[in-house]
Amino acid sequence: MKEQQNTQDNGRRGFIKNVAIATVATAACGSLSCSCNSKKATVTEKVKLLSPDGEIVEIDSAYLNHHENMAVLSQHEQRVGIAGKKFVMVVDLARCKNARKCITACQKHHYRPEDKEWLTVKLMKDSDKAAPYWFPKQCFHCDNPPCVKVCPVDATFKRQDGLVLIDNDRCIGCKFCMAACPYSTRVFNWDEPEIPLDIKNLDYNAETGVPAKVGTVEKCDFCPDRAREGLLPPCVESCPNGVFYFGDENEDTVTNGEETLSFTQLIKDRAGYRFLEELGTKPRVYYLPPKERQFPVERGYENLPDDIKARFKDIMEAEKK
Amino acid sequence: MELNTYQQQAFNYQRPNIEKFGKKNIAWSIIFLICIMIGLYALYLQIAKGHGITGMRDNVVWGLFIVNFIFFIGLSYAGAIIGGVLHLLKLPWGKPIVRLAQMMTLISVIVGPIFILLCVGRFDRLHHLFIYPRIQSPMTWDVMAVVTFFAGSILFLYMALIKDLAVYRDAKMNIPKWKQKLYKILAIGYRGAASQKRHLIISQNLLAIIMIPLSIIVASILSWIFGMTLRPGWHSTIFGPYFVLGALYSGCGVLIVAMWVYRKMYKLQDYFTNKHFSYLGYCMMVLGAGYGYFTFSEYFTGWFGSAKWDSEVINKLFSFNEYGGWTLFANLAGIVIPILIVAIPATRKPNWISLSAFVMVIALWVKRYLIIVPTLETPALPMQDTRMEFVKYSATWPEWALTIAGIASFLLFFTLMSKFVTVVPVSGLEEVNFPHEPHHHHTAETNKDENKTA
Repeated sequence: MKEQQNTQDNGRRGFIKNVAIATVATAACGSLSCSCNSKKATVTEKVKLLSPDGEIVEIDSAYLNHHENMAVLSQHEQRVGIAGKKFVMVVDLARCKNARKCITACQKHHYRPEDKEWLTVKLMKDSDKAAPYWFPKQCFHCDNPPCVKVCPVDATFKRQDGLVLIDNDRCIGCKFCMAACPYSTRVFNWDEPEIPLDIKNLDYNAETGVPAKVGTVEKCDFCPDRAREGLLPPCVESCPNGVFYFGDENEDTVTNGEETLSFTQLIKDRAGYRFLEELGTKPRVYYLPPKERQFPVERGYENLPDDIKARFKDIMEAEKK
Repeated sequence: MELNTYQQQAFNYQRPNIEKFGKKNIAWSIIFLICIMIGLYALYLQIAKGHGITGMRDNVVWGLFIVNFIFFIGLSYAGAIIGGVLHLLKLPWGKPIVRLAQMMTLISVIVGPIFILLCVGRFDRLHHLFIYPRIQSPMTWDVMAVVTFFAGSILFLYMALIKDLAVYRDAKMNIPKWKQKLYKILAIGYRGAASQKRHLIISQNLLAIIMIPLSIIVASILSWIFGMTLRPGWHSTIFGPYFVLGALYSGCGVLIVAMWVYRKMYKLQDYFTNKHFSYLGYCMMVLGAGYGYFTFSEYFTGWFGSAKWDSEVINKLFSFNEYGGWTLFANLAGIVIPILIVAIPATRKPNWISLSAFVMVIALWVKRYLIIVPTLETPALPMQDTRMEFVKYSATWPEWALTIAGIASFLLFFTLMSKFVTVVPVSGLEEVNFPHEPHHHHTAETNKDENKTA
């Protein structure tokens, strides 16, 4: 009887201890913007950290969440957005060869499995005679977002910096936003998502979309967590051809990491347009038409793995004839 | 409660239905219960494993569940409109069928919303709809609409029941004590005093006047869940009235079928006469013609105009490689056949009308499927997905199991209710002598009534 009680007690104590460690670890990592860049802790070692109460605690490094941006944002901050910013993206269709580095980088940054693409590359062919072109598509973060309009619980919202984000602690999973979005941007967690251990205990952050939760909607977030650190979204950074220009409409600058340009000038010079303008959703993503292309369209097709190749087969095979 | 001879006769005739459950009723109630249990198991799986076990995916985000939601909730709106109109017009021939209409309203407003809840990924957060409501969302409108309608229809049915409940209370029936007690409580001391009568009739009139426009509003709001999006086949100004008419039409069909079933089951041919089938048949024909007109307008404008996105949906609906067969069925069985059956005197018979109504109801369910799924399978951007289940919707067994469980609970509720109240209301029942019908009784009073309505 006594033994039983003991083990019960131990169990409870152990649980409380674990919770405490997890909390301290999360908080500590947030307050000491630790410069641990290695994503995987292979060696377990003790790390001394300052707890929010001012105590120095020693923690097994395996409990630390090595995440580049752990700035703890309040719910309110997540919903208001970054003051003075108005994020905008320009996608240069003339440069895209479906290298798919953007997709990999995006998935990695957001801890998404391979088949859950927030960023997709479509092969577009506008009419019979028109030439096909590669069309990368993030969320358009519309200024008149149909998804936000229909959300019954204010789980998806428009921020002052132009971003449309999701609070997946609020989302009830009715999928109305998915039905309302004309661009098939949103994806749903149909099953319990597989979440890596190092982010499992994090509080959800609308700016990173991490961690995913079953029965809720998610989508591209334009990575404002990176912007807060003065970094570009991973899709922009990882593109070998500088397809994506990301920037601030207020500053009238966009950059693809290599060159920084005036947003208005770029749109003016290259005849930038917005996809399906006639729907009136006012996207924050602009496209530059695929004029004077840098690569033939086949370059993005030939070396693809078979399963991805199959997606574009219809159009490409028809093109060969 | 005082009843006249005719009413007393009607009550005595139906009394055994309340006193005894009957072997047949027990048998199919058990079958219904088994269906419901299987559905509950499917529901358990869906909650435990996530919506991944359904056929719904990122493109077709809604499937059978929302189809059932539209179907059942449509029936309840129709029941309220039919019940309200029959009440206000005070047609003597309408009295026996009012209760059926109201039962349909109440039962489907219970069953219907369950299906919209099944579309929701997080059951545990349903309270967010009330603590974080966002008034811009058509979904919020619908929550308000359904909740209001639910309250209204319960009141409406209850008010209409009070007189009968008093009859059951006073009848000294051979029933268990709890049932007797329940009648006593629910009859809230109604004795038929002049002031009670007045209050009741005023409340009923008011409720009927409220319920008719309310049903029209809530049916339109339901349609706006789809109409307010930018999708081809949904984003249409016609959707509100189209849904109202579709709801009324299918409700009229279910009413006819229910009448046929009860007439057979409880031998109610004296109350659900051939004329009732003809009259409701006429209603069905007129509604069917209106519904057909709306359908034609919808398809014709979509087809005549050449907008790419709209045409894609229309082409899917009319291509036999896609949904052509179902479109043909939905429009033949859902519009053409019921109209012809009622229009041709030789087939204007209870069995034929009921059969065509039954097939029409199924066709209208299919039609709802054709409204939802092909549109969701037609996004603006090419899908370019190699996962077939993401490209084309196909319902899985849990979805079918839950659909069948919904139908089973609909029928089970009907069975149970017919064991609690008489299917034909007894108080206020009037004997009607239809022209060209052999009548059983002839009293001065009913003749007078008939002259009034003629």
